[in-house]
Amino acid sequence: MLDLAIFIQNLANGLLIGGVYALIGVGLTLVFGVMRTINFAHGDFVVLGMYGAVLFDLVFGFDPYLSLLIALPVAFVVGMVVERAILAPIADAPAESSLLATLGLSLIIGNLLLLTFGGEPRSVQVPYASDTVRIGEVNLSVVLLAAGAATTAMIGALYWFLERTERGRAVRATAENRLGAELVGIDTRRVQSFVFGMGTALAVTAGVTLIPLLFATPTFTGAIFTLKAFVVTVLGGLGRVGAAIGGGLLLGVVEVLGASYFLSEYRDAYGLLAFLLVLLLRPEGLFGKTVKRV
Amino acid sequence: MPQEFTSPILSVENVDLGYGALQVVTDVSLHVGAGELVGLVGGNGSGKSTILRAISGMITPFGGRIVFDGEAIRAAAPHQMAARGLAHVPMGRQLFPNMSVRENLLVGATLPAARAARARSLEEVRALFPELDAHMDAPAGQLSGGQQQMVAIARALMLRPKMMIMDEPSIGLAPRLVKDVMAAIRRVAHTGLPILLVEQNVKQVLAVCDRAYVLENGRLALEGSAAELQGHPLVRKAYLGL
Ligand SMILES: Nc1ncnc2c1ncn2[C@@H]1O[C@H](COP(=O)(O)OP(=O)(O)OP(=O)(O)O)[C@@H](O)[C@H]1O
Ligand SMILES: [Mg+2]
Repeated sequence: MLDLAIFIQNLANGLLIGGVYALIGVGLTLVFGVMRTINFAHGDFVVLGMYGAVLFDLVFGFDPYLSLLIALPVAFVVGMVVERAILAPIADAPAESSLLATLGLSLIIGNLLLLTFGGEPRSVQVPYASDTVRIGEVNLSVVLLAAGAATTAMIGALYWFLERTERGRAVRATAENRLGAELVGIDTRRVQSFVFGMGTALAVTAGVTLIPLLFATPTFTGAIFTLKAFVVTVLGGLGRVGAAIGGGLLLGVVEVLGASYFLSEYRDAYGLLAFLLVLLLRPEGLFGKTVKRV
Repeated sequence: MPQEFTSPILSVENVDLGYGALQVVTDVSLHVGAGELVGLVGGNGSGKSTILRAISGMITPFGGRIVFDGEAIRAAAPHQMAARGLAHVPMGRQLFPNMSVRENLLVGATLPAARAARARSLEEVRALFPELDAHMDAPAGQLSGGQQQMVAIARALMLRPKMMIMDEPSIGLAPRLVKDVMAAIRRVAHTGLPILLVEQNVKQVLAVCDRAYVLENGRLALEGSAAELQGHPLVRKAYLGL
């Protein structure tokens, strides 16, 4: 017997969580688009956001959503610096070098967090953690709604940037054809560090947004979220922002529905199952176009 | 010849070029004067693209030098050469396939100076390529090969360049489209823009250009006016099949 109100509530929760996954996937996809490299440290940037919020909570007692105002610009700058310092110098080396570099970065971030915060799981308890808003028969968690608002704002801003600004157009051009972009006068090296900064900021935002909802540990959580980011982008189709959003929402819904109608301890496995099915049946991704090159 | 008295916009002076330890171009000198359409022709692997890469700052000469607009070219990223007024229409067009034709053209005017004149450039370019009018909002990747080549040239013009270099614009096109593209290049040259046109299609190039250089195995074999080269026994035998 399927209770409609509960189903709608699960669906809404799935979409709200999925929005955060979308942020993570979009960051990975943007970086892949302009740098043609998979960032294996992406999930660790998410965790960096989580521990940033933990720190702000411990030291200043800041609400995570308030700490976002500081975390966002800091993450952007950190991402740009990391790109300049670590990835730019090996830009012309074989492709596996940048892959290995991000893998190394992942190890460094995870272990620095371990060193600083220790291995026990951390979270941020917000006073409104169990508050809900009732719409008809459906109860929605305030924390999830806040997460939804934050992700909608971020994705809206991102779309505005990519579609409506000069620099956004340069980013899209660089992603579509780096040589073509360079020849019209776009400094694609600068675009790359800028986009890496954006990707980092998106990951950190997702981490800050999620920390009231879960417990994080330094290395394990990063690996989980890097994996989720892969799942999201492959579900949608790698390299396209809209597809990553679709993939993120889908992953959220699959996880929440799976956990509420089947065994909840396998929550992360349902996403992987969907991932495998998509890979088998539609390897170009659910929303991916058949690849066309000029 | 007036261009003998004014300094050329581009002069390549005794350059040796190559990749790593491999030298592929030896002691090549050529120049392009104001308002000239100059051809650079040669067979597969003769070093034509390598010369264009050096002009765009993608590779540094082993020896010799290249002077563009009165200043020597050093190892610079291509975007810096674009900022100096060099438009490079690369091999394979390198368009932004999912962006509309209009956006491809707008991206062509990204640099501040070009951006200031963007609306005017767009009008001028559309007047030069009326065949693109019907496709302005279509993704560039959906156009025919000939139209895509027009977009690539039009995008380069949006830079309001001082000179244009082109790498095999006719490659892979049906003969009728080759004629269209060559006619378009002729129209661009008529605006007074100096052009260095690299091609394997010797017949078509000699039909449109003022002068040409013939490259063989990384060395200049011949140079002269289009009329001289069309009558040259070596060119007639090796390239025109006469
Ligand atoms: N990136 C590279 N690394 C090493 N060798 C290269 C590279 N690019 C070209 N070459 C070599 O340099 C030589 C000249 O190549 P280039 O591309 O300049 O010839 P081309 O005249 O443009 O030929 P085509 O008409 O086929 O385009 C060739 O032997 C080629 O194999
Ligand atoms: Mg070539």
